[in-house]
Amino acid sequence: MSIEQQDKAAPPDGVVLTPEQEKNRRARNIAIGITVALLAVLFYAVTLVKLGGAVANRQI
Amino acid sequence: MSDASYLDHANAARIAPRIAVAAPSDYFRLLKPRVMSLVVLTALAGILLAPVPPHPLIAFAALLSIAVGAGASGALNMWYDADIDAVMSRTAQRPIPAGRMEPESALAFGLVLSMLSVFTLGFATNWLAAALLAFTIFFYVAIYTMWLKRTTPQNIVIGGAAGALPPMVGYAAAMGDVSLASVVLFAIIFVWTPPHFWALALMKHDDYGRAGIPMMPNARGTDRTRREILVYSILLAPLGAAPWLMGFASPVYGVISIVAGAYLLWLAAQVYLKREGDAARRASLRLFLFSISYLFLLFLIIVGERALQLAGIV
Repeated sequence: MSIEQQDKAAPPDGVVLTPEQEKNRRARNIAIGITVALLAVLFYAVTLVKLGGAVANRQI
Repeated sequence: MSDASYLDHANAARIAPRIAVAAPSDYFRLLKPRVMSLVVLTALAGILLAPVPPHPLIAFAALLSIAVGAGASGALNMWYDADIDAVMSRTAQRPIPAGRMEPESALAFGLVLSMLSVFTLGFATNWLAAALLAFTIFFYVAIYTMWLKRTTPQNIVIGGAAGALPPMVGYAAAMGDVSLASVVLFAIIFVWTPPHFWALALMKHDDYGRAGIPMMPNARGTDRTRREILVYSILLAPLGAAPWLMGFASPVYGVISIVAGAYLLWLAAQVYLKREGDAARRASLRLFLFSISYLFLLFLIIVGERALQLAGIV
């Protein structure tokens, strides 16, 4: 099916989600956001621990 | 309100594209949280067995990675087994057979978490631990789920190695190698797996039969299953006391493990002796439930003792 045919076959109002789909998609997005943020914090903290306290005392 | 406000709900449902209705809780269910809790405990025991345990944050990152890796295996298992899950009463309400999630979503979720957990463990600790975690995931998904589960009644015996590896992964994360103590913890879980799952299989063998899974009661009969449950329990009872005999658990652990092991053996004997009707079913149920408490108890004591030692209390 060509893109033009797909456009004609598509519902006139475009993609419309059910209220449940919308609610759960939003919840999924929030969960992904929180997970990625926590992962960034974890990697930052692990990096600090692995570098150790004397990291600033290096030769430049 | 949203774009859907000018459509009645029925019309919106009719023309809505195939976008998943899965909520975050469905994705969490894919991780098999109850299995994950046991993995966390056994991996923590492995970490704490290390003569010099790692920094608490590194230990936390390792534990999180191992737990997520185990969860990823669960998600990939549910993706592959969605067809048989749908015909078994115990698993029919899982997200894919219940129709709340596309199988491809579970596959993508499992693959992403697998890679993320292995990479994070390697970054936070060392690459031996990461390789062991990757092997655990591979073993559970490819060897157990895709190959053994549908072909041999020894499926959960061999596949049990995947569930037994977390203490070794935990120890490797802490020390960068494998010790005899972590192998002993592996052996305890490995020998514990058959009586635990076969007690369940005795109660659910109709379910497994409908799904065409050659569990021991379906493939070899319930009599042989009861005999093998007893044999593995006879092996497990002394093995459970090995951490005390080998000196990495206290006499308190020794006494509790011997008493708990003897009770488990008695329950296995009841399963062996009571073969008909409601009494047989009750015996299997009691063994199944106690086997979970047994493993939790042993590892909880090991973790508790090591934590007290590290805190300088004992």
